[in-house]
Amino acid sequence: MADQTTNSIAFVADGNIPESPPPANETGVVKWLRDNLFSNVTNSVLTIISLYVVYLLLASTMPWMLNGVWNASSLAECREILAGKSGACFAVLTERWHQLLYGFKYPADAYWRPNVAFVLMLVAIAPVLFFDLPRKLLLFTAVYPFLAFWLIWGGTILAPLVALVGFVAAAYVFQTFGRSSFAVGFFGAIAAAFAVWLIGGALIPEGASENAMLSAVPSRDLGGYMLNMMLGVTCVSLSLPLGIVLALGRQSSMPLIKWICVIFIEFVRGVPLITLLFVASVMLAYFFPPESTVDLFLRVVIMITMFSAAYIAEVIRGGLAALPRGQYEAADSLGLDYPQAMRLIILPQAMKISIPGIVNVAVGLFKDTTLVSVISMFDLVGMIRGPILASTEWNGVYWELLGFAALVFFVVCYGISQYSQWLERRLATDHH
Amino acid sequence: MSTLTDPPNAGFRLSMLFNDTRYRSLTFQVIAAIVLALCIWYLGNNLIQNLRAAGLNISYSFLGDPAGYDINQRLVEYDSQSSHARAALVGVLNTLLVAFLACITATVFGVVAGVLRLSNNWLVSKLMAVYVEIFRNIPVLIWIIIIFTIMTAVMPGPRAFRGDNATSSMVLDLFAFTNRGVYVPMPWFESGLFASAFMNWMVVLAGLVASWFVSGRVTNWANHKQEETGERPKTLLIKLAIWFVPFAVLMLIMGLSWEVPALKGFNFKGGIKIGGPLIALWFALSIYTGAFIAENVRAGIQAISKGQTEAAAALGLRQGRIMNLVVLPQALRVIIPPLISQYLNITKNSSLAIAVGYADITATLGGITLNQTGRAIECVLLLMLFYLTASLTISMVMNIYNSSVKLKER
Amino acid sequence: MKKTVFLGAFTVAGLAAAAAAAGTMDDVKARGKLNCGVTTGLVGFAAPDANGEWKGFDVAVCRAVAAAVLGDASAVEFVPTTGKTRFTALASGEIDMLARNTTWTFSRDVDLKFEFTGVNYYDGQGFMVPKELGVSSAKELDGATVCIQTGTTTELNLADFFRSNNISYEPVPIETNAEAQQQYLAGACDVYTTDASGLAATRATFENPGDHVLLPEIISKEPLGPLVRHGDHEWGDVVRWTLNALISAEELGITSANIGEMSAGTNNPEINRVLGTEGTLGEMLGLDAEWSKRAIAVGGNYGEIFAQNIGEETPIGLARGLNAQWTEGGLLYSPPFR
Repeated sequence: MADQTTNSIAFVADGNIPESPPPANETGVVKWLRDNLFSNVTNSVLTIISLYVVYLLLASTMPWMLNGVWNASSLAECREILAGKSGACFAVLTERWHQLLYGFKYPADAYWRPNVAFVLMLVAIAPVLFFDLPRKLLLFTAVYPFLAFWLIWGGTILAPLVALVGFVAAAYVFQTFGRSSFAVGFFGAIAAAFAVWLIGGALIPEGASENAMLSAVPSRDLGGYMLNMMLGVTCVSLSLPLGIVLALGRQSSMPLIKWICVIFIEFVRGVPLITLLFVASVMLAYFFPPESTVDLFLRVVIMITMFSAAYIAEVIRGGLAALPRGQYEAADSLGLDYPQAMRLIILPQAMKISIPGIVNVAVGLFKDTTLVSVISMFDLVGMIRGPILASTEWNGVYWELLGFAALVFFVVCYGISQYSQWLERRLATDHH
Repeated sequence: MSTLTDPPNAGFRLSMLFNDTRYRSLTFQVIAAIVLALCIWYLGNNLIQNLRAAGLNISYSFLGDPAGYDINQRLVEYDSQSSHARAALVGVLNTLLVAFLACITATVFGVVAGVLRLSNNWLVSKLMAVYVEIFRNIPVLIWIIIIFTIMTAVMPGPRAFRGDNATSSMVLDLFAFTNRGVYVPMPWFESGLFASAFMNWMVVLAGLVASWFVSGRVTNWANHKQEETGERPKTLLIKLAIWFVPFAVLMLIMGLSWEVPALKGFNFKGGIKIGGPLIALWFALSIYTGAFIAENVRAGIQAISKGQTEAAAALGLRQGRIMNLVVLPQALRVIIPPLISQYLNITKNSSLAIAVGYADITATLGGITLNQTGRAIECVLLLMLFYLTASLTISMVMNIYNSSVKLKER
Repeated sequence: MKKTVFLGAFTVAGLAAAAAAAGTMDDVKARGKLNCGVTTGLVGFAAPDANGEWKGFDVAVCRAVAAAVLGDASAVEFVPTTGKTRFTALASGEIDMLARNTTWTFSRDVDLKFEFTGVNYYDGQGFMVPKELGVSSAKELDGATVCIQTGTTTELNLADFFRSNNISYEPVPIETNAEAQQQYLAGACDVYTTDASGLAATRATFENPGDHVLLPEIISKEPLGPLVRHGDHEWGDVVRWTLNALISAEELGITSANIGEMSAGTNNPEINRVLGTEGTLGEMLGLDAEWSKRAIAVGGNYGEIFAQNIGEETPIGLARGLNAQWTEGGLLYSPPFR
């Protein structure tokens, strides 16, 4: 057999040909360049155009950035230092740093308070964002709003304390009675909270804020990036529960409730935020009782919360609609009543679907907080457009200031959207 | 234990209002109605009391009074003696103008960026990703201000065009780019068929519509022919002729000429002026919304499974026809709904015109008129009514479209 | 005070305040703070300095009222308002008085139901142009692009002026002074128009104020003054007579330097009445006898306030002009204190 084979076939390979390195232009950088940048004529042209654009951008901004002056007290001094060279005058950022962050009225000796509140916010928000952290931390999250309020506004600690006790009482009543009947628990909880607030409010002595541990700061004095942060965080957290209620209301089988929710959502989504802010600044005052005035900050929070609640409601409605009908039927057949079915079966799944949408709304809302500068609130953009650019020293430093504003918003918004993508991957329980 | 008792057929008990599903929804609705009525009564009562205390009343009669102020950008006749209502109309038209322009350019930016982001050129797709991320994550108000500042601080003023050693000059001697706006030549007719320019343009429009109609007939004829014989006749040249010959003839008859802008006095005179605020707002809205649309387009194209393309190729369709007949119709179904809600956003964001001094409805009715008359409640209500009408109209169109392209399932 | 639970909670939290429509003065006293509406920033009239302290001519009026009513010139909460929000803020009780260089006009007084308590600055609308344009009269501005700050009477005056002179212009309406300034300096408009005082204040912040000229034409009457809500006459009287006390003090030669010595008693009965050492004028207002002494002591008399904030020694450099005392050919004429 072996002989036959050797005779009839001239050559047979009895081993592998030794491996040789790939051709020079099929490997490493060259191959990558060929595949990704110069695969054909169109691509090459596109690449060259892109490179030119990148070069133009860098050539015009880099010298300006690198020549930046960080220490000067006015634009004129800046220009003197630069002596005709092109360069940025970042000194405006260092000189007005506190104004950019806290506004121009927040007492300088209290800057540590918003800083602490900010750090604590990161701690409080962590267990909400990352599920692996111990659930016990959520307790701190629940306390945080009251703590933050006290830190930022100062004044008597009794006010946030009474508010907190009211919520605790409500939760207790709901836990106790809600088990037998949802309605009794629900209305009982509201009544309990109001009772606590009423009694507590009466107990707080007049003028308790005057000699409090932290000096009281009126909310008119808040400003700068702090104001954007506060509006963003407050309004998103308030609008989430409201949005869930609106979304459930819109799905409801009760025509009246359904229509109230539909009209509210469509109305708010149909008008620009700026008209709602006009309502807050020029109209809402007429709708409060004649013997009182409500802070502009609170009015703005009310309007922005309504605005984002309507958008969040639509996102959650999308999530609810995406659930298969069988989930509802399964909950019914288990004998769960409506609150139980929603809480245990429907909402957890619907929320999971809606999270990317909710994060999008949150990012959009945070960006929209800059609109308050139009109604004479001094947020970051308001500070830049108003007091800083109007001052004699810094008249005409647009790029540095606007660039800074753009940068801080970009960092936060980009961070949030990256988190959302991570969360989407994390929550994906289906198989690919 | 197993004895079954008859359900108590007792009459109505109060607890059934909450526990019996037959009555429960009614109970809740009654409660809701009462709460709603109380809220409305409370707010309305406050409003009435506040207005009475301030001695004010709600009245829309100010709309008929002369506005007293001038508007620099207007699509209809308007001067300072026109009424507030007319000023509001000017604002409405300006809002619609900038929204319309921005929708078109945003779509172009978005589609280009979305397609390029899927390009296999690494550099181009990364650049587009950077564009999308930068514009999506920075507030549109900041973009509007930045672009407006570029317009005013970087572009030369008309003064720079003056004198013998002018630092700026007109592009091709036809276009002037200044920090007040862009001046472009304006076409007009020397020997128009009608006296008014408007009627002459109507004639041109009628001609174009006729061309469009005839070219549609040609396409139909070609389709018919293809179905009958399997051969598609070449129609490109015929179509070009149908579009251009009548147009050229019309222009020749009416004597088309161009009015070129020229520096006179303080400003450029003649030609069409596209104001700086309009350009800033238009461009900012387009490039900001374009970033969002790019993401929608990318998602739309990626949503079409590769099997569709391969199946089409297996049927022997060419590359272009695969795109036209298979991929795009399906991708559009995914792209169009978010696209229309982006158009809705453009319309609403155009209210930020107030930051750059563009005379849209927020700046006229909600701005100067409100300031001059002090009728805050009336003006803000009218303003919201306008935006609500615009938004509801757009979403109605969207719903009609959605139901027409919905997958027909059996 | 009857309050709902919600408002009660908010009040305790400091986010809402009770403001009874009945008596502004009682509210101010109960609150211990005067809420005073000012501009969002116009150097010389009302602007926060680098430390966030409000300074300016209008601010001084607020401080004088606070000193008269509360005895503390720093007990003022300055509420920045735009042209759009100022009237609502006043009408809704968010602020107790508005000192935001607001022009006294018929419709604001009668139709919008406000009460102007006097004039603290007689102004008129003027034009500012770059010197290099070589314009010497507003009538040469045919075809010019004009920057206007919106929310004021300026738009209307401007339209009237150009209409009556039969020349054309292109308006560029701008929300804030800062942005109008930016537009003007960048050359996006040829002319900037607002009240002459505002122009001077704006020009003072320029890098090279000398490159810009104010045209001689003053095209309108702009009596600027503080205002309060219509119907609360008691409070209106306090604001009116605080302003009058400042004006009278200048006329009578009471300055922040000699006020201590003069309040010991002089042989001029008018001075004694103004300073409360004679008569019961303070009591009639519902204040104590030393109210006007405190008001004047804050920043001095009208002349001193003027000189300190917007006078010729300051960068703004406004001459007294119409705002001189009537004895010196101006329009300032306080009714007598008796």
